[in-house]
Amino acid sequence: MRNILEVRHLCAGFPTLKGEAVAVNDVSLTVPEGKIVGLVGESGCGKSMTARAVMGLIRYPGRVISGSILLDGRELVGMPKKEKRALRGSEMSMIFQEPMTSLNPVMKVGRQVEEAIRIHEKVTAEEAARRSVEILTKVGVPEAKKRCLCYPHQLSGGLRQRVMIAMAMILGPRLLIADEPTTALDVTVEAQILQLMRTLSSGGTGILLISHDLGVIAQLCDHVYVMYAGRIVESADVNELFDRPLHPYTRGLLNSVRSLRGGGDVLDTIPGAVPNLTRMPAGCGFSPRCPERCDECVMDVPGLVDMGNGHLVRCRPAEGEEAK
Amino acid sequence: MSGFLLEGKDLTKEFPAGGNKTVHAVSNVSLGLNEGETLGLVGESGCGKSTLGRMMIRALKPTSGEVFFRGRSLTAMSDREFAAVRRRFQMIFQDPYASLNPRMTVRSLIAEPLETHRICSGKKETTEKVLELMDAVGVPGDFLYRYPHQFSGGQRQRIGIARAIAQSPEVIVCDEPVSALDVSVRNQILNLLSDLRKTRGLTYLFISHDLSVVRHISDRVCVMFLGKICESGPTEEIWSSPAHPYTSFLLRAVPKADPKRRTDASALLTGEIPSPIDPPAGCRFHTRCPYAGKICAQEEPPLRTWGERTVACHFPLNR
Repeated sequence: MRNILEVRHLCAGFPTLKGEAVAVNDVSLTVPEGKIVGLVGESGCGKSMTARAVMGLIRYPGRVISGSILLDGRELVGMPKKEKRALRGSEMSMIFQEPMTSLNPVMKVGRQVEEAIRIHEKVTAEEAARRSVEILTKVGVPEAKKRCLCYPHQLSGGLRQRVMIAMAMILGPRLLIADEPTTALDVTVEAQILQLMRTLSSGGTGILLISHDLGVIAQLCDHVYVMYAGRIVESADVNELFDRPLHPYTRGLLNSVRSLRGGGDVLDTIPGAVPNLTRMPAGCGFSPRCPERCDECVMDVPGLVDMGNGHLVRCRPAEGEEAK
Repeated sequence: MSGFLLEGKDLTKEFPAGGNKTVHAVSNVSLGLNEGETLGLVGESGCGKSTLGRMMIRALKPTSGEVFFRGRSLTAMSDREFAAVRRRFQMIFQDPYASLNPRMTVRSLIAEPLETHRICSGKKETTEKVLELMDAVGVPGDFLYRYPHQFSGGQRQRIGIARAIAQSPEVIVCDEPVSALDVSVRNQILNLLSDLRKTRGLTYLFISHDLSVVRHISDRVCVMFLGKICESGPTEEIWSSPAHPYTSFLLRAVPKADPKRRTDASALLTGEIPSPIDPPAGCRFHTRCPYAGKICAQEEPPLRTWGERTVACHFPLNR
């Protein structure tokens, strides 16, 4: 299977008064054609920054420090802006969490959906309009022709998110990055959007799904990367990850979710909070909160080790346990 | 007389929407809280759950209907009379970033309700009480003179909770208290809320769109759809045998954290939530309901009651 996206040893960060904060630290990940790959983590772990690095949307003074990003074999790091702009929308596109803030409030929906065609291709106005109605129908907007004449505020949250997806999909990109696409939506509408994402991926689009919600990840993804404090701490096939989580952080997250459904009186928690980027603990970033911490953990950052079946984990105690 | 600690009867709230239109946020809803219980209020955005929660503690005046606290009508009280009982009711909000004044220190934030209600005499006693409250919610006492921006989201929510329990209230309306928090921190706050309920004998009205959170914390649950309660009853009974079709779809739509149990397309509701400006006639859910019959579009379903359960549906499930 072809890999649409290959990120290798990516580092990205932004300057602060206390020196450069490295928000994305040595991240490598792969999105194959027609697959949904999940990137899960809590707020501030660097998952959105990773997505923005791929799209080339990191705002100055933030920057990609080092590493490589290959989109279908082409290197994006260091590519001239103009060339990258030609790829955005046509080869790769992105949808965001809050559709209301990403749509232009004073522009009719149809016009916004057509925009990508008008910019990337030489087509007549009628053709562009016809194709925008077509894609809106495809993503499940009822009475698409009528909706094209609406402004974003006249649509419900679910419809706005569908419009965003239509905008992202109109040129048939090979890579779609979805950053928390259902977080702002209600459960019944969320389920519809997840179903739509499945349909898109079966059409061959590779999807990088960013989410903090393990439920969404479990429902949708083929492969999952878990991120904590800027680093990938675990990577595995979705069934493998939920059956045999190896990293204490992944286990903590899963226990947090499962104990909520278990009906016990006291819920499992992970003590403490996510560390501040400018005050990162020495060694493993999770060590201050980790129940399995040993002396070595605070010395240096453990490497990502293959535990078999392509299940990677960045944790010394977990390695030791498996070896026994 | 019912034995409810706090009871809302036939509450209705309408907001003007301009151009002779009205938003029917809550229509004819009755609900009661027993002393010491947690009542969950679930529903999707715009269903009126926050509006209802606010009316229950007279933070919002109902268009019609009455609220009773220990048998006394809160809605009939004058402002002066209500001021005397107001400290019995508190709220915890969703966004701890927005609900704390960024220019106040933790001490002054937590001391504010104590001073307003003249609970402590003198600065020293106030500081002692503040430290005691910080200890109760798990914020280290050394942070007394820090500002909200120096805390994480979870810590900020703890400060919000300390403010809410400062005047020893009896009822707390928790409006999505953990929705803005990360998974690993969310459970810490839920445990704290459970502890406080036990140690301080609190009663919670717990509003949330997150069904798994509501299931964990609530003794009873009310499910709202478009300004109406469509079903209520003991939590586990509702989860094991939902009677209203909407409840059933809502429960099935929750993405389960198990890749082997993926939701299939047949479990999905189609369409969107109708507008509360122009709610459908008859049963408000009938436009999305696959079981709807002719009567559903014409007549509002009566409230059926059995045991501790109620449901407003012409064709209830699992009955």
